[in-house]
This record gives sequence, structure tokens and C-alpha cells, in this order.
Amino acid sequence: MFEPVLLKSVGQPDSHSLSHYRSVGGYEALQKALNDYTPDEIIELVKGSGLRGRGGAGFPTGLKWSFVPKGQEKPKYLCCNADEGEPGTFKDRIIMEEDPHQLLEGMAICAYAIGAETGYLYIRGEYVKAIRILETAIREAHAEGCLGRGILGSDFNFEVHIHEGAGAYICGEETAMLESLQGRRAQPRLKPPFPAVAGLYDSPTVINNVETLACVPHIVERGSSWFNGIGPERSPGPKLYCLSGSLRKPGLYELPMGIPLRELIEEHGGGAPEGRQIKAVIPGGVSAPMIPAEGLDVGMDFDSLAGVGSMLGSAGVIAIDDNTCIVKVATRIVEFFHHESCGKCTPCREGLDWAVKIMRRIEAGEGAPTDLEQLERLCGGIFGNTFCALGDGAAMGIRAALMHFKDEFTAHIDEGRCPYH
Amino acid sequence: MNAPLDMRARIEAAAEAYPDQRSAIMPALMIAQKEYGHLTGDVLEEVADILGVERIWVYELATFYTLFHTEPVGQVHLQLCDNVSCMLRGAEALLRHMEQVLGIAEGETTGDGMFTLSTVECLGACEMAPVMQVGDDYHGNLDADRIDALLATLRARREKADV
Ligand SMILES: Cc1cc2nc3c(=O)[nH]c(=O)nc-3n(C[C@H](O)[C@H](O)[C@H](O)COP(=O)(O)O)c2cc1C
Ligand code: SF4
Ligand code: FES
Repeated sequence: MFEPVLLKSVGQPDSHSLSHYRSVGGYEALQKALNDYTPDEIIELVKGSGLRGRGGAGFPTGLKWSFVPKGQEKPKYLCCNADEGEPGTFKDRIIMEEDPHQLLEGMAICAYAIGAETGYLYIRGEYVKAIRILETAIREAHAEGCLGRGILGSDFNFEVHIHEGAGAYICGEETAMLESLQGRRAQPRLKPPFPAVAGLYDSPTVINNVETLACVPHIVERGSSWFNGIGPERSPGPKLYCLSGSLRKPGLYELPMGIPLRELIEEHGGGAPEGRQIKAVIPGGVSAPMIPAEGLDVGMDFDSLAGVGSMLGSAGVIAIDDNTCIVKVATRIVEFFHHESCGKCTPCREGLDWAVKIMRRIEAGEGAPTDLEQLERLCGGIFGNTFCALGDGAAMGIRAALMHFKDEFTAHIDEGRCPYH
Repeated sequence: MNAPLDMRARIEAAAEAYPDQRSAIMPALMIAQKEYGHLTGDVLEEVADILGVERIWVYELATFYTLFHTEPVGQVHLQLCDNVSCMLRGAEALLRHMEQVLGIAEGETTGDGMFTLSTVECLGACEMAPVMQVGDDYHGNLDADRIDALLATLRARREKADV
């Protein structure tokens, strides 16, 4: 029987308070890490767990930490990515609002492992409630010696500062986030150098997602074999799935990594509302290409979804029903990327401008037969030619809609109207 | 222009979190916006002076990030999410409803300066779609009736404040 750990306190009275967190064993993992493990041993433990980043890219977390050079003169930084702008995603918000100490404890353990004394928690500015709750949590943790100087009787020091975002999706891209933290426009940086070597203020920096860091105390507490015993061998662990869209029971679910998408949609999400059918599902936030209903027998893990031409991304699972026009959904997705393009590179900035124009006119019933070809060509010009993954995500989204639902696009063009209106 | 004393103090306190003053521009703009409602050229210059940073650095952030307003907004900012998950649960109809009830189009402010109506990208609360952010607060699982009740409450609150 799978036992949820990340969401175990959600919905409990005062779940966000330190006293509640302590009552369920909170900060014991940090104490254990400080007493029983060297920083390198923590890195080995996390490597052994098989934990892969929950922010979208699935990079092995322990390996990322091991890239931070040891014993340098420069300070090291930990940045927690709580920008959560990927449409369809709300897991990090719920962790922060309901169980902020779980995140702070994970941050402290990571900081100990990489030798950082300063952490920045980059929270999107719209999350006012989460920001207030974390401000209080940081104060409480300080008062009880779980943050600050000489943490829990050790000689380890660690401070966490909240940095509020100001409404730019691109700040979720890790190097754009670093630019933003340094007070510049959030435009991605060229890699290499990778942040682990030269990140914030040119210092070694680890950037991890909220959910990734929230897994860490549980790995320290229960061991790496507990973690890698859950789900597929190459993408193990408990996982948060954000279910939204045309479902009876939208919500946040903690289940093993790798569970079939069909089970997630039909059993946990309750399937489509009365009288409707699921037509397609976006499995990992709108950056993840949509999968038609026939393809739902795929495991929700990094490798299985990549195998069917999509991705786990942020695990923002959006169900689309048969009353909905796919051209309209795809247009809305491209409008989003167009709006959020940072403008640094031409294929994304200009290409998405064109893509939006073409898709809007198709949706309005004013498309020409040559438009589909032109869209395909445009996607070819964007994909693989952009500075960061935002442009690629947009191109992949258009391609998936065209590939699986070409008949809907041609119906708009042939009939000169949207068949769903 | 002289910033209120506590604003200066709050900006200076915020800057202590960073080894570099430039990093404090975003938090400083947040503080200034709360103080003044929106960011005029004078306010931006004041922020630059308090932090001792280049004015252009402050300007470029104020114009890059969507949560910074260089133009006035109404007393209550209604920000309706119309991204995919909300769209699938009726955000469009809600937008039309609000435009009609308020007598303004998306992006506009009511004549009395009370409400500004905007659509925004995903608010990260799609489990309660359709969602609207009103000031600092999220309101989810909305329908036309709930919107009407919400607007009535907001109006009543304002009338009370006026008395
Ligand atoms: C356009 C774009 C937006 C992103 N947005 C987020 C985000 O909101 N939150 C997040 O954790 N990662 C986001 N990422 C991924 C980050 O760049 C980075 O891979 C991640 O924060 C690393 O943490 P992890 O290894 O724990 O997943 C985004 C990437 C791109 C290209
Ligand atoms: S792909 Fe788009 S978002 Fe990324 S750097 Fe280029 S313009 Fe900016
Ligand atoms: S799509 Fe509206 S809150 Fe996410």
C-alpha cells in the first residue's frame, strides 16, 4: 500500500505551523543529517535514492549537487525554484501553503550537503498567501534553531531569504531566475558555465524545485532504498500530480511515479463530467505535448512519456473533453508562450508571433489551406533553434495538436468556421 | 520627491538580504508600488536613489515584469485567469459576464476608479478553476452568481470605507 509522505499533513489543522511539523517528526531528518552524515554522505544518499528533479527536466538531484566544487573561497548558494508558472501546475503552492517547514527542512539539508550558507526562495509574486506563510515559517524556524547560526547545536549556518517574483513565466527557467535575482531582466543565460559552477553572483549555485527539495527530508529519514523502491527503477519515488480541466475530481494527488495516465484520469480524477468523454490529455503542463485519448496507457514518468513524444514536465495533467475545440486549446497555449517569450532570441520572439496569427485565423474560420503547411514549417524553424526550452515547448505543442487532431484543423479551414461554436 | 520614511526603511531592510544593491530593485519596486499604487517616473527615480543604483536598471525592471504597474489601476484589481484549465471550466463566459456587469472591456477601469478588469495567465490554482485573483486573494470555483456576490461584497466594503 502506497503511503503519501509529501501531502501527509495537508488539510490538518495548523499544518503549516512548526509545532504541527514537529509533532509529525519534523526537523528530525535535519538533526540526523547533521549528526550522522558528512555533506558528501548526504550527496551519496540522494544519488542512491534516484531522485530526479521535479521542476520539469528530471535531472538527477544528487548528481547536480555533486557538481558544486568543494572548498572554494567563493560563497555557495541554494536557490529554490517556487516560480511555478507552468499552466496546469499548482503542487508547489500547496506544499508551501500547507507544509512550509517540509520545504525549509529540505533546503537546509541541501545547503548542508553543498556547503551553502545562504538560500533564496524565489516565489512567484501572485502567491501572496504562500509568501506570508513562509515568512512566518522562517521566523519560527529561526526561533527554534532550525535555521540561522549553529543550527540544532551544530556549527552549520544557513539563512533563507524570500525573493518575490513579479509575473514573468520565464523566471522559472533557472538561469533567467538567477538574472532576476541579480536585479536584471529575466533572460536566460548561455550554458555552460552551468550554475553549479558559476551561478548566482558567479558563485556555485544549486537550483532545485520545491517538490524536489521537499522529498529530501523523507530520503534522509527513510533511506534511499525506501525511495527507489517506489515506482520505476529509473524515475523512482512518490510524485505529486496536479489534475485539472474536464474532470470530476480535479485536485492534487500523491501517488507513485510511473502510474498509468489512464488510472490517474479515470480513477483518481473521476473521468470526464457527465455526458462527456476525454478527448486528449496534456500530461505535464502546457509545455508537454498533448496525448490523444487512445494513448492514455502510458506510465507517468520521465522516460515513458518521453517515449511517446511527450514529457512529464511539471506533472500538471490537464484533461480536455470532446466538447472542446483542440484548435482553440492549442491557440491558447501558443498565445501563452508568445506572451511569455522574453524576446531574447528571434525564432521564439518572431516565430511565435507568426504562429499566434496563423492559429487565431484558423480558429476564426479564416484560415487558408496553405496555413497548415506554413505552421509546420514555422515549427521546424523554431524547434531546436531557440536559446531556451520555452520556444521548443511551444513548437512541440503545436506539432502534437497538428499530428493528432489534423482533422479538426482542416475542418476549420474547409467549413470556414469553428465546428464547436 | 521624498519617499515616506518607513518606505525608505523598508527598502533598506529588504536590501540586506543581498550582497548586491541591484538585487534589491525588485523587492524595492514591490514596496514602492504598495505605497503609491503605481510606479510613476518619480517613484522609479526615488527607488534608484534609495538603493544608490542606476536609474536605467530600475526602469528596465519596472517595464519587464507584468506585476509592476507604470499606469494607474483601479482600487480593486480583478484578475481573471483564462489559461487552459480555467478556459475548460468556463472562464470565457465569466469574462463576458463581468464585462457586461461592470460596463467595461477587459483591460479597462470603471469610471469611478473602483475596478480594473484584466485577464491573466495561469494563477497556479487550476484545481479550483475558474480562478480570479482579487487584490491579494484567490477566489476559485467561480460561476456568474459567485462573481455577482463577490462584486457586491467589494462594493459594500468600499461604501463602508467611504462613510
Ligand atoms: C521556460 C521554462 C520555465 C520553467 N519553469 C519552472 C518552474 O516554474 N518551476 C521549476 O521548478 N522549474 C521550472 N523550469 C525548470 C528549471 O529550469 C530547472 O530545470 C529546475 O528548476 C531545476 O530544479 P529540479 O532539478 O529540482 O527540477 C522551467 C524551465 C523552462 C525552460
Ligand atoms: S526561447 Fe523565447 S523565452 Fe527562451 S530565450 Fe529565446 S526568446 Fe527568450
Ligand atoms: S489555468 Fe487558471 S489557475 Fe491555472
